[in-house]
Amino acid sequence: SAHHRLARVDIYEKLPVPFGLVRFGVAPDHPEVKNVINTFTQTAHSDRCAYYGNVTIGKDVMVKELQRAYHAVVLSYGAEDNQILGIPGENLSTVYSARAFVGWYNGLPENRDLKPDLSSETAVVLGQGNVALDVARVLLSPLDILRTDITEGSLAAIACSKVKRVWLVGRRGPLQVAFTIKELREMINLPGTRPLLDPADFTGLGDVIKDVPRPRKRLTELMIKSALEKPGEKEAARWASATKEWGLKFQRSPLEVLPAADGKQARGIRMAVTRLEGSGESARAVPTGEVEELECRLILSSIGYRSLPLDSSIPFDPKLGIIPNSLGRVQGAPGLYCSGWVKRGPTGVIITTMNDSFDTAQSVLEDLQMGVLNLSNSKEGFKSVRSILHSRGVHPVTFSDWEKIDAAEVARGKLAGKPREKIVDPQEMLQLISH
Amino acid sequence: MTVHFINRDGERLTATAKEGESLLEVVVNQNLGIDGFGACEGTLACSTCHLIFEEDVFQKLDTITDEELDMLDLAYGLTDTSRLGCQVCVKKAMDGLTVQVPVEVADMRRELEVENSKIKG
Repeated sequence: SAHHRLARVDIYEKLPVPFGLVRFGVAPDHPEVKNVINTFTQTAHSDRCAYYGNVTIGKDVMVKELQRAYHAVVLSYGAEDNQILGIPGENLSTVYSARAFVGWYNGLPENRDLKPDLSSETAVVLGQGNVALDVARVLLSPLDILRTDITEGSLAAIACSKVKRVWLVGRRGPLQVAFTIKELREMINLPGTRPLLDPADFTGLGDVIKDVPRPRKRLTELMIKSALEKPGEKEAARWASATKEWGLKFQRSPLEVLPAADGKQARGIRMAVTRLEGSGESARAVPTGEVEELECRLILSSIGYRSLPLDSSIPFDPKLGIIPNSLGRVQGAPGLYCSGWVKRGPTGVIITTMNDSFDTAQSVLEDLQMGVLNLSNSKEGFKSVRSILHSRGVHPVTFSDWEKIDAAEVARGKLAGKPREKIVDPQEMLQLISH
Repeated sequence: MTVHFINRDGERLTATAKEGESLLEVVVNQNLGIDGFGACEGTLACSTCHLIFEEDVFQKLDTITDEELDMLDLAYGLTDTSRLGCQVCVKKAMDGLTVQVPVEVADMRRELEVENSKIKG
């Protein structure tokens, strides 16, 4: 909006509360990452910006109706679903997507009744990205570190958890791990834990990484150091007294989740041992024929998020899981744009998605300047959407309504010594603002 | 003191800086129009305050920590003279300093698209 002094932007959100993954995805023990909420809040306070929560596009109002009301519509609804494993046993009761587990501890309403089974010692996380590290860390962290804006219910469940060991299992090798160095360093230094890294996975790796780009090189060097070098005095003492542990298993591709005697829970996972063809980021895991089993009950699948089609009128590529577009302009749909994960796929950190949004905004501004968007037709904006929503019995939540919910959460948190106690029931949120 | 920021579009933004202020604080305090700069507010949880320095200035900056390197590793357009603005504090010897806000990958790709469309005619 800073680049076009007359532009008005209205934001529609399905949940009553804003901020998406910054509220529901970022780990509770990473509060600095959530500082970006202050920038968002500043934008929302602009008199040319309005927020309307509790409005489901595709149900309460259709995209075509939005296009009649606005000169431009930007779809940035992200990736609400997860990739499925596609293996037998993945629907056993103690197998969960990491997405649902993260939603559970972060207070996402749809995951509040997850009740994950934390009653056995060994947990397996399939995937080696930052989300995999997040779930491992939340499972193993000392409770005083976790006492943040994590929900009361999940903190209580974790306090009773029997989980002592978490394996992060990847189909490929150490050079293909998707997590980043800050998160890995945090895991290596996690109080009360020790890392289980097989030296055989890292021997000779130092030579291979001599010429790779610095980020991959430093990340690999940190793993090599932790696996092969003798720890310093402090670290050695911590590892010796650790009651919990985590480790990385490489070149294991899940084949089947094995059922327990009751046929409902998992008792283990059968995996194909793989070898790598090619190298670097594009290396492929190929089964060798050898198979291995790992005993465990809790299995968390952390193999990626997935976007869903919003509304049948919008083009969607189910294979890539994105809205077909060129620089954020939806193909074959003038006036329709997309940004973020639904545009590029569900990877990257906040800066990646932020830059991508600036990119889409640039396309919108260009189209405004070049006359691609016909401004001679005046549009009613929220005025017409309001009457549509009213006729359908939908009451949007404004930003100042959110600020009431925010204040209530902070007040409740104070009583518990936490930055906030998240409200996980949307009905309770609506009651609070008297809707 | 004076610090110059070359913005992504090439515009030179000149700001007054106090000794000891970080370059992020200068951008915030002087309200400079650099989109999305300093999202995590100087807590080493992002790389949006990434700045590119001239070689001779870069060599004289305080040693970089592992924590800064960890976040810098995720920055777009990383160079050999890159630092995070929240970790670099203004010193007297830096009066008149010029730093470059990195051009994002998206911007480079847009230029390529424009060039390609020109070639296709």
